[in-house]
Amino acid sequence: MEQVLWFGWFRADIISQYAGLFWRGLQMTVAVTLICIVQGTALGLAVGLARVAEARHAPAKQLCKYLLQWPAAVYVSFFRGTPLFVQILLIHFALLPLFINPSDGLLISGESARDLKQNYGAFLSGVVALTLNSGAYISEIFRAGIQSIDKGQVEASRSLGMSFPRTMYHIVLPQAFRRMLPPLGNNAISLLKDSSLISAIGLAELAYAARTVAGAYSRYWEPYLTISLMYWVLTLGLAYGVKQLEARYGRGDSR
Amino acid sequence: MDEVIRVKGLTKQFGQNSVLRGIDCAIKATEVVCVIGPSGSGKSTFLRCLNGLEDASGGQILVHGIPVHEPKTNIDALRSEIGMVFQRFNLFPHKTVLENITLAPCKVRGLSPTQARLRASELLEKVGLLEKIDAYPNQLSGGQQQRVAIARALAMQPRIMLFDEPTSALDPEMVGEVLAVMQALAEEGMTMVVVTHEMGFARQVADRVVFIDEGVIVEEGTPAAIFDTPQHDRTRRFLSKVL
Repeated sequence: MEQVLWFGWFRADIISQYAGLFWRGLQMTVAVTLICIVQGTALGLAVGLARVAEARHAPAKQLCKYLLQWPAAVYVSFFRGTPLFVQILLIHFALLPLFINPSDGLLISGESARDLKQNYGAFLSGVVALTLNSGAYISEIFRAGIQSIDKGQVEASRSLGMSFPRTMYHIVLPQAFRRMLPPLGNNAISLLKDSSLISAIGLAELAYAARTVAGAYSRYWEPYLTISLMYWVLTLGLAYGVKQLEARYGRGDSR
Repeated sequence: MDEVIRVKGLTKQFGQNSVLRGIDCAIKATEVVCVIGPSGSGKSTFLRCLNGLEDASGGQILVHGIPVHEPKTNIDALRSEIGMVFQRFNLFPHKTVLENITLAPCKVRGLSPTQARLRASELLEKVGLLEKIDAYPNQLSGGQQQRVAIARALAMQPRIMLFDEPTSALDPEMVGEVLAVMQALAEEGMTMVVVTHEMGFARQVADRVVFIDEGVIVEEGTPAAIFDTPQHDRTRRFLSKVL
């Protein structure tokens, strides 16, 4: 194949030759990011609620503390206090084989386990690790958002006979969500970039595509500059989307 | 007359700080009771204990014979019968006036949106704010917000209304409009417990005035008895400062 040089040094032909690889990598990166944003937000909401859960009377009071608040706090502390990279390796090489294993997997074993691990192992581990990690950060965003709402809002709602879950759903969370949008947006952008770490366990996303191309040609500018631009465009798109959401839901918050 | 609230030996501590130190009182149906006293005397805490917004440290409160602070009590059902109006209004800023008023009747009482809207319009008419039905709270003045808050509480058709210093956060020129709504409510026969610094209102509208200081009821009686012939030194000292 003929060399195509841009500006006298950029081997554009390498990129076009591997366009399919980059395209599939891009799709994988976007898919992983979207899945983890959705799952991480759901997990973050659940854990955030667990961290603010309170009950007035025994035994519910003790149950809240030891079965909700404490486990949630330990989970958040662990996933914020250890490197994501290590978490990915731990989950892929230690935790996943425990559950999916041809000989004695706790969840799946036998031939189907081998196939599953071969074809989807990196994807599964990556999504689980990134979800657990972002869930920890997002739960803190939810906790801060919930706690930033004036106590008078909860009291007014409860005094009308609305239950605690109803108060959360109709009064606290809608107001908290508006304040949480900017930090949630930042988190989504981090998540998108952090997904590149999953390439370490062999998931064919953008960073993996770049590494493959770099390995084949011993050229580094072309593949890494290309994916840098792609990540940049994606993060710009995310930032724009968050801005639109803020403009749409940010009204009526001044009191 | 029916007794709707009975308080027996109510105490409340915040840490080492004793805020209520044994309160006993009974409130009858259609009675309007004004609770007065210096700041920090425990009068707001007393009011907040009545619907269980505040836990009691000791003693008992019965509302319609139901113990408020028992774990077995369905506190949500009980609260739906007790309206409360707050010093800082506490309207829901992300909802319109209409939504503020209809939310609980729809969710708790199971009213249809049409029924709830009808009830909300009637109440807004009563507090003179029908034209603000689609406004957001931050578009209203303090006095208007407080009147909406009263309408919101009334929309549950409560049997008792609690007012926690409802005019203390208002500019002076807006106090009158809120007191007028409360007076009209009293004249309709609503059972009301009002923590207030508005001595004129207490004298004019209350059936009974309760003076609380340092967590105990020092003195109670008709407005005339409390304001004109107070029996206790502490009452006299307090009244000499505020009248």
